[in-house]
This record gives sequence, structure tokens and C-alpha cells, in this order.
Amino acid sequence: MLLKEAKEILDAEILAGEEYMGREVKAAFSCDLMSDVLAFVDDKVLLLTGLTNLQVIRTAEMLDLSNIVFVRGKRPNEDVCRLAKEKKMVLMGVRHTLFEASGLLYKSGLGAIEIEGE
Amino acid sequence: MAESEKTIKLEYEVGKEEFSKAGLASSNIKKVLNQIGIDAKVVRRVAIAAYESEINIVIHSEGGKITTEISHDKITVIAHDKGNGIENLEKAMTKGFSTASNEAREMGFGAGMGLPNMKRTSDQFSIESSKGAETRVEMIFNI
Ligand SMILES: Nc1ncnc2c1ncn2[C@@H]1O[C@H](COP(=O)(O)OP(=O)(O)OP(=O)(O)O)[C@@H](O)[C@H]1O
Ligand SMILES: [Mg+2]
Repeated sequence: MLLKEAKEILDAEILAGEEYMGREVKAAFSCDLMSDVLAFVDDKVLLLTGLTNLQVIRTAEMLDLSNIVFVRGKRPNEDVCRLAKEKKMVLMGVRHTLFEASGLLYKSGLGAIEIEGE
Repeated sequence: MAESEKTIKLEYEVGKEEFSKAGLASSNIKKVLNQIGIDAKVVRRVAIAAYESEINIVIHSEGGKITTEISHDKITVIAHDKGNGIENLEKAMTKGFSTASNEAREMGFGAGMGLPNMKRTSDQFSIESSKGAETRVEMIFNI
């Protein structure tokens, strides 16, 4: 799915990286726990989260994730957006809950990732 | 000096509860590894492990430093802090065990996944600590 398609589906506001909306994402991961993002994400997914602090950007950076959707109407502050722009990331904000935003994207064909079993 | 003996050493101080700077050391380590042309998959694993150890120093310790040594065949990351140590290492290594503060949890940490994740992403992992002492985590990544 192209980011600009995701933007339409989610009725999202672009907060950073407007010039990269032609990027494609193959799967998404929705989570408010950065520890779990670090432990479970092995692909270059679209990250959906309700957290907006600097560590979200740092977590994404370590994992080579470039595209983040903030849910529940939350918006990161300027410092966070600045770091994201430096890292050539796309940040979008949506009013939906994490569940609804995930469902809308899933319904439109964006998949989940496989996680390693025990 | 022979080509194979050249090593690069990086060292970063990591402050206690310095949330706004947390991740800076790992970000710099990642940048250097990319610049010298280390395979992207290895860089990603080092970055994850370094970041987990950096966050642990910030949220659990009195501060410390992260040292990275890059040689021709491996990358060694050492996270060494000033205390106050881990009472039960076996418990700490268990997925889900965490003593993280509310502040750390609000930032998205405290799932008790960090140490297991460092072990998973590295080729060799060792941890030394005890109650009231320093904690030293050493991780080796083969290139
Ligand atoms: N450097 C350290 N100094 C003191 N205690 C530590 C240190 N690192 C880890 N611990 C202890 O070990 C526990 C487990 O660490 P681990 O990194 O696995 O989980 P966490 O940091 O609590 O949560 P997460 O890493 O998932 O965000 C911590 O909650 C803490 O009690
Ligand atoms: Mg941790």
C-alpha cells in the first residue's frame, strides 16, 4: 500500500515528510509499547501508535522504520517532528483509535507481520 | 599495523534519566557503522541491542557509558553503568520481568523485553551484576 493511499483511508494529516508519500509499505504493526516494537518487528512496517515522545522516533530509527501514524488525535511536539524530518521519516496524525485505524488499513489489504514463536 | 588489526573505538556517556538524550549514543553508533559500510542487517541488530542497553542505563541505573569496538571480524558493544545493580539476574533475563518506573512505562518501556532482546540480536551476550554493584553487559556481533 502506498502511504498516500493510507492517508486517504485514514483521513490523516501529514505532520512530516510530505515529499515521501509515494513510499510503499507492505505491512503494519500497531503498538503503544516501544519495548515490544523493538522485540517483535523485523520488517520495514508502517508503525501505528498512540505514543508521541522522542523515543518513538529513536525506536523507529534503530529498526529502519520510516513511516509512523499517530492515533487518537495525538500529535508529537516540534522537537519530535524535527528529528523525524532529519531522519527522512513520514509522520501522520489520525483521529481514529488504534483499533479502528488498524482495522481500516487491514480491510484495505495491508497485512500484519509474522512474529517468532517460542 | 596490518589491515586486520585496525580497530575503531567509540565511547558515549549516558546520563541517568536523561530521557531527551536517550538514544543519541545508539544513533551515533548506527551512523558510524553505516558510514564504514557494515551490512545493513548487522547494523540493525547492533542498533537495537545498543539502544536497549542505552535505555536500561537511562531508566534503571545511576548513569554509565556505552563503548563500541569495531574490528575486522566483529563489533563489540559494552554497556557499563555505575549501579545500583541487579539482584537476581535470572529473573531479569526472563521475558516480562520489569521494575521500570511509571515514567519509563509512559515512554513506552518496561515490558521486560530488553535483556532477552539484546541476547536475541547479538551473537554472544554476557551480563555481570549484583545488588548494589555496577552492571556490565557485553555483546558481540560477528561481521
Ligand atoms: N543497567 C541496569 N541496572 C539496574 N537494573 C537493571 C539494568 N538493566 C536491567 N535491569 C533490571 O532488569 C529488569 C529487566 O530488564 P529489561 O531490559 O529486560 O526490561 P525493562 O527495561 O524493565 O523493560 P523493556 O526493556 O522491555 O523496556 C529491569 O526491569 C531492571 O529491574
Ligand atoms: Mg530494558
